[in-house]
Amino acid sequence: MTTELVAMHMSDGIVNAPVSLAFGLVALVGLAICVARARRDLDDRTAPLAGLVAAFVFAVQMLNFPVLPGVSGHLLGGALTAILVGPYVGALCVAIVLVLQALLFADGGLSALGTNITNMALIGTFVGFAVAVAMRPLARRSRAGLILTAFVAAWVNTVVASLGFVLEYALGGQGLALGTVFGLMAGFHALIGIGEGIITALTVGAVAAVRPDLVYLLRGERAGLTIKETTPR
Amino acid sequence: MSTPTKNRRYAGFLGAFLLVALLLAGGASYLASSSPDGLDAVTQSGCEAVETEGGEQLQGECIAQNAGEHATAGSPFADYAVGGNEALTGLAGVVGVIATLAVAGGLFWLLRRRSGP
Repeated sequence: MTTELVAMHMSDGIVNAPVSLAFGLVALVGLAICVARARRDLDDRTAPLAGLVAAFVFAVQMLNFPVLPGVSGHLLGGALTAILVGPYVGALCVAIVLVLQALLFADGGLSALGTNITNMALIGTFVGFAVAVAMRPLARRSRAGLILTAFVAAWVNTVVASLGFVLEYALGGQGLALGTVFGLMAGFHALIGIGEGIITALTVGAVAAVRPDLVYLLRGERAGLTIKETTPR
Repeated sequence: MSTPTKNRRYAGFLGAFLLVALLLAGGASYLASSSPDGLDAVTQSGCEAVETEGGEQLQGECIAQNAGEHATAGSPFADYAVGGNEALTGLAGVVGVIATLAVAGGLFWLLRRRSGP
């Protein structure tokens, strides 16, 4: 039997069937909540943008960059999508990319879709967004602040998403000591997170340079400024 | 509220965004590193990839040996190639960008809040 070596996401059988199934349910419930909440963030203007953000994530996920000899990394896209189109729509963007990669491109196992979606679409996106929201005052102050926010949120989303895999492996994987898996995953993804951070910062910075009104994280910026202007000093 | 000029400029922005995605998937994808990514490097840790008649095989002891053959390995675009031809990765990438745009854009368009006429 040949073993696939060019895949980018978790394959079938890496964690056992019960754990795969359990995370399949986690992913289903999480995505159902996202579908319900995404409606609020989608209108005639933002829906086409969100579709393009998903297509952009698919494209950039193909671009593996080297991080160590023999080890590469690629964008996960959680913070990127959450900052541009919000966490609910963003999680759906990443999930759609993962589903199409598994169905069309044999990348990421079908039974591993639940774990892959949980890690990259749900954990990555919501953790990335939480960091971005915590840094929003800085992001609103200047373009540099927004770019720094995007970088930090993306770095954290990469590392925490990789820890999702460590959790799933602890529950239903075998073959390597758990401490080793934790150390290698966290170490590799601390490096990959730098690449994720740079790509996210560049993308968010480019969109903000031409259309800051389209950046979800900055919404309400103008209202905030108006209030500031009318506040007597 | 939205004037034709504003709409045209927004369409231009979206078109530029799509063009960037197509160029990255269709062109820059040839420059991508072929080393295993962080996750695969971990699951292949302890194994060595050996070229055999049936393709690459993992020898040694590692997590990835628990991995099964992919259920959609027979897809024409499996492994970001076209019919097994890796020289056509760019074409597979363009197909993926358009498919993602169609599925995601379609879903988001259906989900959107409808504005009154």
